[in-house]
Amino acid sequence: MQPKTLYDKIWESHIVVPESDAPAIIFIDLHLIHEVTSPQAFDELRARKLRVRRPDLTLGTADHSIPTTTRVLVASDDQMAYDQVKKLDTNCEEFGIELFGIGSDRQGIVHVIGPEIGATQPGKTIVCGDSHTSTHGAFGALAFGIGTTEVGHVLASQCLLQRKAKNFEIRIDGKLREGITAKDVILYVISQIGTAGGTGSVLEFSGSAVRDMNMDARMTLCNMSIEAGARAGLVAPDETTFEYLKGRPKAPQGAEWDKAVACWRNLKSDAGAVFDRQIVIDAATIEPMISFGTNPGMSMPIGAKVPLSDNEEMRRALQYMNLKPGEPLLDHPIDVVFIGSCTNSRMTDLRAAASILKGRHVAPNVRAVIVPGSYQIKQMAEAEGLDKIFKDAGAEWREAGCSMCIAMNADKLEPGQYSISTSNRNFEGRQGPGGRTMLASPLTAAASAVTGRVTDLRRMLNS
Amino acid sequence: MTKLDRVTSRVVCFTAENVNTDQIIPARFLKRIDKTGFGNDLFADMKPPEVFGLSGARQRQIMLCGPNFGCGSSREHAVWALRDFGFRVLISTSFADIFSENALKNGVLIITLDAASHAQLVAAWQEAPHSEMTVDLEKQVISFSGLNIPFTGNSFSRTCLLEGLDELGYILRHEKQIAAFEAAR
Repeated sequence: MQPKTLYDKIWESHIVVPESDAPAIIFIDLHLIHEVTSPQAFDELRARKLRVRRPDLTLGTADHSIPTTTRVLVASDDQMAYDQVKKLDTNCEEFGIELFGIGSDRQGIVHVIGPEIGATQPGKTIVCGDSHTSTHGAFGALAFGIGTTEVGHVLASQCLLQRKAKNFEIRIDGKLREGITAKDVILYVISQIGTAGGTGSVLEFSGSAVRDMNMDARMTLCNMSIEAGARAGLVAPDETTFEYLKGRPKAPQGAEWDKAVACWRNLKSDAGAVFDRQIVIDAATIEPMISFGTNPGMSMPIGAKVPLSDNEEMRRALQYMNLKPGEPLLDHPIDVVFIGSCTNSRMTDLRAAASILKGRHVAPNVRAVIVPGSYQIKQMAEAEGLDKIFKDAGAEWREAGCSMCIAMNADKLEPGQYSISTSNRNFEGRQGPGGRTMLASPLTAAASAVTGRVTDLRRMLNS
Repeated sequence: MTKLDRVTSRVVCFTAENVNTDQIIPARFLKRIDKTGFGNDLFADMKPPEVFGLSGARQRQIMLCGPNFGCGSSREHAVWALRDFGFRVLISTSFADIFSENALKNGVLIITLDAASHAQLVAAWQEAPHSEMTVDLEKQVISFSGLNIPFTGNSFSRTCLLEGLDELGYILRHEKQIAAFEAAR
């Protein structure tokens, strides 16, 4: 039998109608929905008098347009956000979809709660009207973002029209050095292959550095696959994956669990499987990374100097960021630190931030906002006393949501402000019109919050 | 889906690289729960002079774009905004994956050209920025200023656009196979 990649295996096991001139029709095992990209899809369903085919395979939450200062949405605060979230409530009720809405103790960022509740499982096909659906690939699930029309397709048919993508292996061998996180790894990868390097491909992250990562870190890695242009990223499931999932509410239980794990063990690329493209990275060479421009590919080691603006895009980016070629980024003053988003808002991230902030204080002119990925994470962090560390350090400790990653609520930068953000996109205006974003790990963000300047976190380790 | 076979129109030439969907439509405009009127918010913050400095931009139905156009978020609002602004055809050397899917589903034709053909069109446009271009999907040819540039694309997408095929209807016609797949799990 011809050796197959992990992606090949998941793809083949979900074909309802094979690809011909027309794309394949593939079956979707889990459809996650949120308030921003679903209302028009439900309207389409109503207009066509269709039902949701598999409400049992559909899960909703509110995360994008909700406030993070409170767990209650008030119409007078933001009428449009209120209407949008209410629409999600009524749509889920009308079509019988389980919803972890605002105020629910399972509410959170859609890509945080799927794994947390155990709905995200190896070998599944998972879609959501959100490009960071790639996050779930950390479990060896084929997970990718779709548009609203496709949300409608999945609601109505539990299927999607898809063409098979290419296989692209990114092997990260060796050991990461102290203070280097999955966020630094993925920023490094994107800086190497570019923001379109993965277009048309599914990335499979492999190698000993990936094996050594816990699930939170693997989610960070897969989360930003889309920033390299790849709709999906994958990590083959292993004991770390199974241990994470065991006992979670929607994970298989009892004998079903043993059966599932036995199946999941086959979910890996066979020896000799052919990838369309492969790159190998030595983990030990990766430094703390930071972005200097206006896409995640414009990232560099934190001690490096801003590169020469050799094209129009780079010139425009540096102008927007008000940075000069040849200038170091270290010690550049910052205004805001944001720790959160579907990239870096899990326990591992919060513990990392706390390890730096413990016994230290956020610099006087800096605003630090820490937003947990879910209500569950908030509770866990508080049980560990992380909230106290954050508040004692002078940081704001918020309710769960997308917050300043997308700036759809009140959490945003003022024009011209610099932020160090653990989120995924440093696009112009992403964190608020005129705001200037530098992407980095939670460790780098926390260290920079303390000094008020771009800081090499290694200065603060073990001190 | 709206049919599209042939479009003749003046052209916008905006070839910046990596134009992302946040630039096409910033997130703060995504709180609306309908699909219409997003054209007024197109490129709301970026305001590229290549688009807004051009006479009759909203009547121009074709845009020459730069590489990796539409990267970033999956928001279909980006396509709704482009479509509502007036665009029916986008021509580049590459597009982001999710954006391409969203475009097709809204009757917007995506044409991917090799770099040399794309450069030829851009150079010709610079000579004649107010001339009309014809994009013929039936014959798969772009005609502009004496140039006739052939293009290809996958035949299913072409059929969808030419016939205005409804993709959801197409999927639902396979009900038997879907039910059989579900039963076999």
